[in-house]
Amino acid sequence: MKAAVVVFPGSNCDRDLAVAFRAAGAEVAMVWHKDADLPAGTDIVGVPGGFSYGDYLRCGAIAAQSAICGAIKAHAARGGYVLGVCNGFQVLTETRLLPGALLRNAGLRYVCRTVPLRVETTDSVFTEGYGAGDVIGIPIAHHEGNYYADDDTIARLRSEDRVAFRYVENPNGARDDIAGILSENRRVLGMMPHPERAADAGHGGTDGVALFRALAGALTAA
Amino acid sequence: MKARVTVMLKTGVLDPQGEAVRHALGAMGLAGVEGVRQGKVIELDLAPGTTEAHVAEMCEKLLANTVIESYRIEML
Repeated sequence: MKAAVVVFPGSNCDRDLAVAFRAAGAEVAMVWHKDADLPAGTDIVGVPGGFSYGDYLRCGAIAAQSAICGAIKAHAARGGYVLGVCNGFQVLTETRLLPGALLRNAGLRYVCRTVPLRVETTDSVFTEGYGAGDVIGIPIAHHEGNYYADDDTIARLRSEDRVAFRYVENPNGARDDIAGILSENRRVLGMMPHPERAADAGHGGTDGVALFRALAGALTAA
Repeated sequence: MKARVTVMLKTGVLDPQGEAVRHALGAMGLAGVEGVRQGKVIELDLAPGTTEAHVAEMCEKLLANTVIESYRIEML
């Protein structure tokens, strides 16, 4: 599996994501936001957490207009895989690769703790390493993680089984307790929680490992 | 020539910041407010020949996220 992890000015989880991909057996290239192309043979693009462009204007809005995002959109259009975590999820909604938007947390507070998530579908390369209904502990760390989409979009996400993870106890006001969603072709996942921060015993939890292992298994075999 | 763009959360989208401001006003004894919506104002200094249609394109593509926000353009 060849992974490319994007680095924007202000990204701060890029190396963590690279470490998690490598631990699962991936070959990882770091790509800069000004790059107009992904390395040849990239299977999956990781869009990391952080504060791209200082969260100016809206979280992810300016990153979504960067050169590398043009390449990510083309990669997704070709059926390539994309994982966006936290700020990466915000970037993916701003690029319209995923529907909806992330609003300020309903409680107005930055929330930074490990939360229980329910795995809602195992029908994706990201989640097939879990059991349906499994509850896993994954850290969140965000101020704008309150998922919003209109009623029609929420209904569609439900009927198409595209909610990957839900919060067991909603920490931010997200509609329908949504923590992570899949694209229509199920190859783009955006999630606010950080699986790469639960990928080593030293992190205090390893519930994120199954996501990276399943990815590596599926994309290496492919 | 300038343009002033006002970006607001759409009606129906929860605005926790506006709600916090409303609570604070009430707590200060400043009564008479039933609701607060907080948005942002963006002022653009326009080059000659830039039209409202150009500004609208900027709003659609970057200045507002039309999934959650509406915008209003004033040419000054």
